[in-house]
Amino acid sequence: MSISHTLLGLLETGPRHGYDLKRTFDEKFGHDRPLHYGQVYSTMSRLLKNGLVEVDGIEAGGGPERKRYAITDAGITDVEGWLATPEKPEPYLQSTLYTKLVLALLTGRDGQGLLDTQRSEHLRLMRELTRRKTMGDLADQLICDHALFHLEADLRWLETAAARLDKLAKEVRA
Amino acid sequence: MTAVAHTASAHADSTGAGSGAGVLLQAEGLHKVYGTTVALDGADFRINAGEVVAVMGPSGSGKSTLLHCLAGIVPPDSGTVTYRDQQVSSMSDAQRSALRRGDFGFVFQFGQLVPELTCLENAALPMRLAGAGRKDAEAGAKKWLERLEVDDVRHHRPGQVSGGQGQRVAIARALAGNPRVVFADEPTGALDSLNGERVMELLTQAARETQAAVVLVTHESRVAAYSDREVVVRDGKARDMTMLAGAV
Repeated sequence: MSISHTLLGLLETGPRHGYDLKRTFDEKFGHDRPLHYGQVYSTMSRLLKNGLVEVDGIEAGGGPERKRYAITDAGITDVEGWLATPEKPEPYLQSTLYTKLVLALLTGRDGQGLLDTQRSEHLRLMRELTRRKTMGDLADQLICDHALFHLEADLRWLETAAARLDKLAKEVRA
Repeated sequence: MTAVAHTASAHADSTGAGSGAGVLLQAEGLHKVYGTTVALDGADFRINAGEVVAVMGPSGSGKSTLLHCLAGIVPPDSGTVTYRDQQVSSMSDAQRSALRRGDFGFVFQFGQLVPELTCLENAALPMRLAGAGRKDAEAGAKKWLERLEVDDVRHHRPGQVSGGQGQRVAIARALAGNPRVVFADEPTGALDSLNGERVMELLTQAARETQAAVVLVTHESRVAAYSDREVVVRDGKARDMTMLAGAV
């Protein structure tokens, strides 16, 4: 996920302070990984430098100065372009698992065991997400569903690989 | 009301996955052969009160046969099934029928509701068969239909309701008799994804509240994700996969 685009998108709804951006980000998107304040301020510095945001005001309080950021027209165009561009489907996990499986078979290790272990780990995470989904609101449900569908696809691959394990073992060892 | 009298609270203390003390139903060394096909080849299984266990595996691996043996529907050729210190495998047909009626609840994929009866009468059926009066049985059934969000179709017949509603009625029926073990064989197999998930949510929630154990046969990982642990049946043997999780 692009943090800078996400923060920019949040700024499109109205100017915000850095801490407010972090809080909103965490509430909406940061269930697994809340943002560090440092990430917010370094991202804002970069966006400022690139002209995608500007400082809308500075509040002097008891502590350090608090900058309020606003999105610029260039920033809005950037968000629009990001939202309009599809994400690249990346079958990264299958590639890694395939490599591990082939290496296991090549070295005479237990390929079925490797698949079973991965399968259990996938299902453990699916249980966790399902629990979170069951207790959560609609946003939680949709976020968890996205992860669950991906994990399910991986599991199907694991099952397919298990069903073809003997054949694969013969091929890689030939 | 039941073959083995019980209340939800009476077995609320016997939980704890993996703990021998809480084992409610256990199978050891089950063998079952149909003709030349070996369906079970030394399968072991156990489930604790209040636990939901998914039984998974490829088609033809023996998972439905395992469920049928556990539920006393078919006797194994060898091996034992023990339910609360009683040997199910050595019971008479009548004793097993009484056990199934009283202590077990069943949810299948298709064709489980009696088409001539209304949804309310269907849900009340196990209690009626166990000797409850019509009024009491239907009052109990109505409570479960409400819980499963299908109270509004209680006077409809199964042919007049959707697949998802029918499945919820079937779950209400399975739970209305206050079973200690619910056997669910592909309970969401005929439903779309959203309906299937809602059905699983309601089934597992209700079962956990009443401390009923659920043996859930499924080939869908998203359905299995509602369970507490997973057993995979492969080549007639059952393997508990819980120990493997967290190893990577």
